[in-house]
Amino acid sequence: MNLIYGLTVLLVYQLIGEVSVHALDIPVPGPVVGMALLFLTLLIRGGVTEPVERTAEGLLLHLSLLFVPAGVGMMVHFDRLAAEWLPVLSALVLSTVLTLVSTAWLMRGMQRLFSDPDSRDG
Amino acid sequence: MAERGLASLWVYLAASPLLGLTATLLAYSLAYRLYELAGKRPLLHPVVIAVALLIGFLVFADIHYRDYFAGAQFVHFLLGPATVALAVPLYRQLPKLRRLWAPILITIVFGVSLAALSSVGIAWLLGADLETLRSLAPKSVTAPVAMGISAQLGGLPSLTAVLVVLTGILGAVIGNRLFSWMRCQDDSVKGVAMGITAHGMGTARAFQLSREMGAFSGLAMALSALISAFLVPVLMGLFELT
Repeated sequence: MNLIYGLTVLLVYQLIGEVSVHALDIPVPGPVVGMALLFLTLLIRGGVTEPVERTAEGLLLHLSLLFVPAGVGMMVHFDRLAAEWLPVLSALVLSTVLTLVSTAWLMRGMQRLFSDPDSRDG
Repeated sequence: MAERGLASLWVYLAASPLLGLTATLLAYSLAYRLYELAGKRPLLHPVVIAVALLIGFLVFADIHYRDYFAGAQFVHFLLGPATVALAVPLYRQLPKLRRLWAPILITIVFGVSLAALSSVGIAWLLGADLETLRSLAPKSVTAPVAMGISAQLGGLPSLTAVLVVLTGILGAVIGNRLFSWMRCQDDSVKGVAMGITAHGMGTARAFQLSREMGAFSGLAMALSALISAFLVPVLMGLFELT
C-alpha cells in the first residue's frame, strides 16, 4: 500500500505540474514544475513522509533503466549520427571538459569570496 | 504444424507490448550484472550495454522501434514521476544548500549556460543541423528533464537521451583527472562541478569517490535540472534556435 500511496503522490504532483504548464503556457516540462512544487511542499511541511521517500528512492536508484527505451531510439537516428558524428562528438567532449573545469574554478572562487573569515557563521 | 505454430507465436509476440517490456528489463538486468562484475567502470555503464543489446536484438529480429516502444513505454513513462521524485534528495541536501546557497546558485546559472551554449556553439561551427543543435542543448541535464527540454525546443528527445548518456559517461571518466590536474581537492567544489556537467552518472561516480562529493553532486544535478528547464529555452531563443 505504501508504494501505491507514494506513487500516487508523485503522479498527483506531476499532473498538477502538467496542468499548470499548459494553463500558463510556460516553456518548462510539467514534471519539473511538479518537482519544484513537491520541494516547496516539503519545505513547508518540514519533512518527507516515509512512503514518498521510499518510492522516490526506489525510482531514483535505477534511474538509468528509465532512459533505456529512449536510448534504443538511437536506432532511428543512425543516419543522422553517421552524418554528424564529428560536430556532435567534438561538442560533447569539448563542452564537457570546458564545463567541468570552469564550474570547478568558479565554485572555488565563489566559496572564497563568500566566506571571508570575519563574517563566517560556522 | 509445430513450425507454423512457432512462427505465428513469434508474429504475435513481436507485436505485443510484453516482448518490448520484458526485453528492456532483461537487457538492463544483464547489463547491470556485467557492470557490477567489471567493477562499475563508467565506460561499461548499464545504459550503454542495455541499449547496445536491445538495438542488436531488434535489428536481428527485424522488429520496428515503434513496436518495441509499445512495450517499453511503460518503463519510459516512469521518467515523469522520477523527475518529481528528485525533490526528495534535493530536500535532503537542504543544510548544505543553506550554508553555500550563493556560491552554488551562481556557479549553477553560469555552468548551465556554458554547458548549453558551448555545445551548441561548437556543433554549429562544425555544421550540425538545427534539430541536432536543439537535441544537444540540454546534454548536461539529467535525462528525464533533458528529454522534456528537447521536446519543448523542437529537438529529438530520443537523440537527446543518447547525448545525455554519452555526456554522463565522459564526465564520469574524465572528471576526477581534470580535478587533480587543477589541484582541486575540495569535495563541495568537485561535487558541484560534476553534478552540473554530468548529472546522474557524474553523481554516481562522485559517490564512489566520497559521500560528501556525491551529496554535493546530487544537489547540483537537481538544481541544474530545475534551472536548465527555465534557462535553456530562453538561451536558445536568444539565438533564434527554438
